[in-house]
Amino acid sequence: MQFFGGSEISPSPPVPTATANNAHMMYIFNRNGVCLLYREWNRPLHTLNAQQDHKLMFGLLFSLKSLTAKMDPINAEKGNLGIPQLPGQGCSFHSFRTNTYKLSFMETPSGIKFILITNPRTGDLRETLKYIYNLYVEYVAKNALYTPGTLIRCELFNTALDQYVRSIA
Amino acid sequence: MAPAAPRSGEAIFSSVDRVNAELFTLTYGAIVRQLLNDLEEVEEVNKQLDQMGYNIGIRLIDEFLAKSNVSRCVDFKETADMIAKVGFKMFLGVTASVTKWDADGSCCSIVLEENPLVDFVELPDTCQGLYYCNILSGVIRGALEMVAMKTEVTWIRDMLRGDDAYELQVKLLSQLPEEYPYKDDE
Repeated sequence: MQFFGGSEISPSPPVPTATANNAHMMYIFNRNGVCLLYREWNRPLHTLNAQQDHKLMFGLLFSLKSLTAKMDPINAEKGNLGIPQLPGQGCSFHSFRTNTYKLSFMETPSGIKFILITNPRTGDLRETLKYIYNLYVEYVAKNALYTPGTLIRCELFNTALDQYVRSIA
Repeated sequence: MAPAAPRSGEAIFSSVDRVNAELFTLTYGAIVRQLLNDLEEVEEVNKQLDQMGYNIGIRLIDEFLAKSNVSRCVDFKETADMIAKVGFKMFLGVTASVTKWDADGSCCSIVLEENPLVDFVELPDTCQGLYYCNILSGVIRGALEMVAMKTEVTWIRDMLRGDDAYELQVKLLSQLPEEYPYKDDE
C-alpha cells in the first residue's frame, strides 16, 4: 500500500530526452477548464494576467484539438467544427513547436490536460507527461485532503514535480 | 505506437503494493457496521455507501488510467470489459464477467463469482434490506462519470441475500460531450 509521500512510483521515470535547461512552465487543467496547477520555472515575459493567460491556453488547446480532428485524413469519426466532441472522439495532437518554444500536451480520458512548455529543441515528451500523470495520481488523487476540482496546493507534489522537471531539463 | 491496452489486470495487480486481504475485508466490515450504528436506517446506509463509493471512484479512475495505460475505449462494450477484466483485477484481485447485453449495447450485467468484501459476513435479520457491497456500485458510477459516461448501477443478485452470484447491472444513460467552459464575450 502506498501512502502519499511514499518512496517510489512505478513505473520508473523515462530516460531524459533533452539537453540544456529548458522547461519553461507547466499547466494542468481539468475537464471544466479549471487550471488546477500552474508552475513556472523560467518565464522572462508575462503579457497577460494569470487568469487571462490560463484561459487563453485552454482555449488554444480546445480549438486546436477540434481543428486537428477535423483535418484528419484517415479517421472518419471526426465530428463537426464548433460542435463539442465526445471524449475519445477524433484524434488529438501531442505537441507543437514554434521557433521559440515547444508545447507538449497530453489529455487523459478523464479529461485532465497536462501541458508542458519547453525549449524548442526538446525531444518527445509523451512519456514524460505520462510520468507526471503518475505523480499526480500518487500525490494529488490519493491525497485525502485534496478536493477534486480545486487548485492543487500540495507541497509534496510541487517538490516532486520540480525535481523531476529539473532532471529532464 | 502506444503499447496495446492490457487484456487483464494481472500484471498490474502483481506489481502494485497491496494490503492484506483480511485486513481489507475486516476494515470494510467495520465501516459498514459503524454506518449502521450511526445512521440506523438501512436505506440510509445503502445511500451513504454509494456516496462513499462515488467519491472513491472519481479519484480511482485516474489511478486506473495511469497504471493500466488504457487509452480510449471505442464503445460501452469495451468499457464494460475493461472494468470487469482489468479494473476488478487491479483493485480487488478478482475477475468478473460481462453478460446480458441488451440490444443496443447500453446495458449489461457484471457478474462476480467471488467477492473479497464479503468474507466472514452474514446479514442479520434486521439488515435484510442492506446492499452490503453498495460501495462497489458507487465506485463504478463515479469512475465512469469521470470519463464522461452517466450510468446507473444497481444490484441484481447478491449472495448475502441467498443468490448464487453477485451481479451488478450497469446502464449507460448518456455520454456527455466536452464543452467549452467559458463564455465568448468575457
